[in-house]
Amino acid sequence: MSELMHTSLMIFKKDFTSELRTRYAINSLVMFVLVTISIIRFAIGDEKIDNEILTGLLWIVIFFSTTSGLSRVFVKEEEKETSLALKLSTDPSSVFVGKLIFNLVLTFILNILILILFIAITGYQIKNLSGFIITVLIGNIGLVSASTIIAAIISKANSKGTLYPVLSFPVLLPLLLTVINATSLASSGIDTERLSGEIQILISYSVVVTVASLMLFRYVWED
Amino acid sequence: MSNINIICDKISKTYSGKLILKDISFSISSHQSLSITGRNGSGKTTLIKLIANIIRPSNGRITFQKNNADIPDDKRYQRIGLLSPYLNLYDELTAFENLSFFYKLRSSSNLNPDEKINSLLQKAGLYEKRNELIKNYSSGMKQKLKLLFAVIHNPEILLMDEPRTNLDKTGIDMICEISAEQKKHGILIIATNDESDKKLCDDSLNIEDYN
Repeated sequence: MSELMHTSLMIFKKDFTSELRTRYAINSLVMFVLVTISIIRFAIGDEKIDNEILTGLLWIVIFFSTTSGLSRVFVKEEEKETSLALKLSTDPSSVFVGKLIFNLVLTFILNILILILFIAITGYQIKNLSGFIITVLIGNIGLVSASTIIAAIISKANSKGTLYPVLSFPVLLPLLLTVINATSLASSGIDTERLSGEIQILISYSVVVTVASLMLFRYVWED
Repeated sequence: MSNINIICDKISKTYSGKLILKDISFSISSHQSLSITGRNGSGKTTLIKLIANIIRPSNGRITFQKNNADIPDDKRYQRIGLLSPYLNLYDELTAFENLSFFYKLRSSSNLNPDEKINSLLQKAGLYEKRNELIKNYSSGMKQKLKLLFAVIHNPEILLMDEPRTNLDKTGIDMICEISAEQKKHGILIIATNDESDKKLCDDSLNIEDYN
């Protein structure tokens, strides 16, 4: 287990260094977030929008920004033909966990940016902050887990760009429905205790998807 | 002294319904070397990929044994070094960072690899440019670096596919030196049509004999 974490962290560190030097994903993600939130701002105008609708918009921004960015961890390895060097150097589980950690860190940084901009521009109100943070945090773990294995699958396909949203939508639908509902409840001030049902679903989804991804990744990684 | 064997038993490979390799059988052990020859498109690279466990045979079986005990599929990568034109290292990392990353991934020991990496880079004539991103390297320099990647963990099985591609005299001398060293402790397999490469190996397998 410690060896798995050790090699996974090395892969994460390599990806992080690589990302800082190339800004392969960060640039497109930040641009996507800025453009999307700007469009929301122009569309809303001076209207006072209900918090429930804003929650939906918030998750649309989060979902599509992850869609545009997270697939790159594997697509880049395949396009630059570096995946073979990784295959010959470590076991598939370490690769998956390393990429998962990278995507988690990237998504958390991105979400902080999204939330700051979204709240500043739309006046989105969060009445139960702890419930909101827990919901968004666990929702993101599930979103990133599912996105990472889908990224690995589509990296082997020819039509990578179009395949990603097509494959991810049905897999992520149960998560999105639950997390949008939970975020909406938390932002309207419902107690964290009363969110426990949604939080349990989100935790279960995240655990099941992560474990299943770890088990399946070997078959995806090997041609 | 430990002995490693590779046994290929009637392996075939089909791509999109097209038969590339048919019923190839051979076995090779430590201290032996084999050149795989055949015209372009005959399946030399496919056979190297099969032995490296990168792709699976459509039929037949490839077995790795150490002291007569089978090595599981998921442990084979630790014993293989591969030099090939379809394998790339990370352009956005330096030569030193690339070698250090892959050495640490492959090695379970906590020994600092810096000395070993620097000595290999010196031998390959890349030491002066060790801190340059490899996207700025020439194709010959990249090939030398890929050679170092293939041997840095002292693999028991060294597979080389057209190893002389883009190499200058220093690089070719390194290939000869590394091949001679490999035959002392492990298995050497080279896919090539170059006469000089063939001479580095004791045996030869012409894929066209099987088609």
